[in-house]
Amino acid sequence: MHFNSVNLWVVAAALLGAAIRGSIPYMFVSLGECLTEKSGRINLGMEGILLMSAMTAFAVSQRTGSPWLGALTAAIVGGILGLLHGSLTELPGVNDIAAGVAMVVFGSGLAFFFGKQFVAPMAPQLPVLEFGKWASNPALRAALRISPLFFLGIVTAFVLHYALKYTRWGLHVRAVGDAPEAARSMGISARQHRLIATTIGATLAGIGGAHLTLYFPGIWSEGISGGQGLMAVALVIFARWSPLRCLAVSLFFGGAQALDPSLQALGFGGFYHLLNASPYVLTLILMIVSCSRSRKLIGMPGALAGRG
Amino acid sequence: MKRHSMIPSPRSIESVAIPAIAFLLAMALFGGFCVFWGAPFWGVFSSIYRAGFGSWYSWQNSLLRAAPLMLCGLCTALPARAGIITVGNEGAFVMGGLAAAAAGLATQSAPAWVSLSSMAVAGIIAGGLWIALAAGLQHYRGVNAVISSLLMNYIAIAFMLQLVEGPMRDPGSLNFPATYPISPSHQLGRLFNSRVHMGLVFGVVASLLVWFLLERTVWGMKVKVVGGNSRTASLVGLPLGAIILTASFIGGGCAGLAGMVEVAAVHGRASHAIAAGYGYAGILVAFLSRQSPLRIVIVSLILGAVIASGGSLQRDLDLPDASIAVFEGIVFLLILASETLYGRFEFFRDTRDAF
Amino acid sequence: MNKSSQFTRRGFITSLTMAGTAAAFAKPPLLKGVEPPLVMGFLYGGPKNDLGYNQSHADGKQRLTSLPFVKAIDESNITETVAVEESMRDMIHQDGARVIFATSYGYLDPFVLRVARESPDVQFFHCGGSYREGIDPPNIGIYFGFIDEVEYLAGLTAGLMTRTGRLGFVAAKPIPQVLRNINSFMLGARSVNPSVSMKVLFTGDWVLPLREAEAASSLADQGADVLTGHTGSPRVIVQVAERRGIWATGYQFDQSVVAPHRFLTGAEWSWGVVYKRYAQMIHEGKSVTNGTIPRRMTGTLKDQFCRLSPFGPAVTPAIRNKVAQVQEQLLNGSQTIYQGQLRDNRGRIVVPAGKTLSIEDPSLDGMNWLLEGIEGEVKYL
Repeated sequence: MHFNSVNLWVVAAALLGAAIRGSIPYMFVSLGECLTEKSGRINLGMEGILLMSAMTAFAVSQRTGSPWLGALTAAIVGGILGLLHGSLTELPGVNDIAAGVAMVVFGSGLAFFFGKQFVAPMAPQLPVLEFGKWASNPALRAALRISPLFFLGIVTAFVLHYALKYTRWGLHVRAVGDAPEAARSMGISARQHRLIATTIGATLAGIGGAHLTLYFPGIWSEGISGGQGLMAVALVIFARWSPLRCLAVSLFFGGAQALDPSLQALGFGGFYHLLNASPYVLTLILMIVSCSRSRKLIGMPGALAGRG
Repeated sequence: MKRHSMIPSPRSIESVAIPAIAFLLAMALFGGFCVFWGAPFWGVFSSIYRAGFGSWYSWQNSLLRAAPLMLCGLCTALPARAGIITVGNEGAFVMGGLAAAAAGLATQSAPAWVSLSSMAVAGIIAGGLWIALAAGLQHYRGVNAVISSLLMNYIAIAFMLQLVEGPMRDPGSLNFPATYPISPSHQLGRLFNSRVHMGLVFGVVASLLVWFLLERTVWGMKVKVVGGNSRTASLVGLPLGAIILTASFIGGGCAGLAGMVEVAAVHGRASHAIAAGYGYAGILVAFLSRQSPLRIVIVSLILGAVIASGGSLQRDLDLPDASIAVFEGIVFLLILASETLYGRFEFFRDTRDAF
Repeated sequence: MNKSSQFTRRGFITSLTMAGTAAAFAKPPLLKGVEPPLVMGFLYGGPKNDLGYNQSHADGKQRLTSLPFVKAIDESNITETVAVEESMRDMIHQDGARVIFATSYGYLDPFVLRVARESPDVQFFHCGGSYREGIDPPNIGIYFGFIDEVEYLAGLTAGLMTRTGRLGFVAAKPIPQVLRNINSFMLGARSVNPSVSMKVLFTGDWVLPLREAEAASSLADQGADVLTGHTGSPRVIVQVAERRGIWATGYQFDQSVVAPHRFLTGAEWSWGVVYKRYAQMIHEGKSVTNGTIPRRMTGTLKDQFCRLSPFGPAVTPAIRNKVAQVQEQLLNGSQTIYQGQLRDNRGRIVVPAGKTLSIEDPSLDGMNWLLEGIEGEVKYL
């Protein structure tokens, strides 16, 4: 019995599974960042928030035995950090890009500090839904083992899309993001809406973090996120600030993560360093393609233009 | 306009006092944090003092740590003055180290000073181009430099690993893939009889040079205008692109030079170990110094001492090794928050200020 | 200090006085007539609770608590740069360490070499490095173990347990130490199951949990039903196996805690044996500088430098007996691993017929091949 007879179906199934489970952190972080940026604020601290909430989810799940409680706490912690970031950037004179970098340093430092206790122990994981019981192929069966967070993410994307487009609150948020002066003159508090949007955005990112430690890879380790927080920010730009497009691009990014093992499976070994870099190269190329000098892209919130 | 009074203006006192107060507050918060963890409040600071400044022995430790911080700090600070914020220090560092290793190996038979100079030049060019690329992408293509430079960090490390473990690998470095070693005669030496290597001199000289460029040349003035308000700058006819790219190249060159020092003074060759995280610490230094080159020297020393005490905190006080990272994070946040306090205090208002 | 009590607020005053005193005085006050303890410093390249390489060393260091004359201190997560030099110096000058154990490979050149030259009365021991007689300072010693036989036994267990006949190995880099483990694992499996095949995936670096998880999943997707690995810590691989309902064997440390049902066994280090031996010798006044401690201290399964992890619940008594039997044969010398003829997966003969290589044979240190039946490339561009 040899591996040589690896068929393309197995590779396809593997990519499907990887796309689904890999997309979840990207989904939540990008949806959160999408909301934040719609309100005119850019939150580059997502990496720190992701790490801190991932660690919190694992810790709480390990201590209480309930992974859902872990996920909930992670969301709350994310929200708190988002509130911190939002308040910091509302102070006059504070550069929000610098604040984002500070949040990454602070969030990751805090996560590594408190997380020291949790590298070894196991934590109860989030349950999975089995959709592939009928499949004879183990790869397909594994691919169709889906976390409920995946569906939560899809629902969130639609809710966000609907909220931004059709509700009054969504209109206010977009107004604040597109033309803050005009919004202010209409009596809409730019400050309040930005703060709320940033907090909710970070809360969503917190859920994404919980997925990393409570589902895949399901451990806490300092290397658990390799820049995913920041790639999700880039993702939002590529998705042109549309929640539904964020959903689709997240699936794409998730699948790209499994490119390396799949290629090695097909026999293209040896270039693993360059393949390790492929998600980053991909993101960079997408960024270059989707941005333009005029900085006024279709869909870009007006207040963000001029922040590079 | 320039003041030639000997008394420092209230504004410059303010620019020292406010970050100093923020730093002290951060220290207090960190101390409180450690108490909660079971370590003694003053024990933490006495540890830092002992490991960082307590003796000539510890001073050397701090100076050693400060050297790469100065150069990496400049990498963020100079482009930031031109209006581009990047976090690509680590990538520039690694590319610089890689280029320096290649240059060093190519010039093994030349006299030491030729070899070292070519290593330095190679490091500067590689690092400079790397950051200039990120800056160029932002200026000409609107790609946010923080995101692109962070992505480029990962790409640089992967590229370096692929080369160091591939075509540049020394087959004798069996279980630890690395390039061929650079002979000790061609490595950077130590200062006097201390453990501190020439990298410290590079750092101080580079900081002074950048200060000079920014504060005493016309080019520097242009950079500050571009960084202050790019619209005004272009209205006035300044070539934005050229200025931004040059500033970014010089900044990136500093980080690349730090990479060269790491290869030429510390390791003697390139391997995965040159990606040691100095670049990321440099971001912190730049922001804590409010992008000012002279302050970078001082902040590097302080941060160097803090980092030097990390081991002591672990061994003597049983604090996890991430404690220093928490301290850095708190300092960073408070320094940023304190940005909002400038100009608010009557005490620091300068009656000589024009309206 | 008890880790669990770190979460509760200690008595402010108690901690202040006790720990404050401890921090102020690095060395404990001497009692009349009692020798100062032998201070031994340990440096790890990663966290000491990683369930892998670093923890195996930290665990070894913990065993020293049974020796009353030793005071062992450690520091973890030290990067392979100036930091490790300074940490070693701090341990020597501030904490009075007379012995240093540098456990991460990259610490030797140039860091240990430099500090060893500065402190000739301190002994330095490095795990796994190479010593150049006449060039390197005399107060450095090397220690490591040959774990091939244990991997062989783990592979044997895998070979008996597998139903699909496919094994999966997730490796960090294709360096000789890793290749030896891959090959000996395969040799063990093949010795009981000649048609078994193995696939190796490389991640590129020692600590990449996401990539290791993806690689492990990919191997499972391709039909492997026993996974193992050699990375900084294979716990992720073992955990993925548990989740996918397939078997796993561990490496470096006992990872059964993350796979209570699916863990078979593993190849573990027993550094405690090594450290105790060093401590004893140094306590007796011996030193590596004058040759009374051997320059290279190596050991195999027989010397107890490594051992097989306790079997998991799924391993049947029959299999356990078989493994014990082969272990006995390895110990008494009637069975060897690298026995010709062996071909690699490109068809070349790497051990000719009739030839036998002991696992301590130095020619194995440059291993650059994978056994036939293994899918994977040793490719450095």
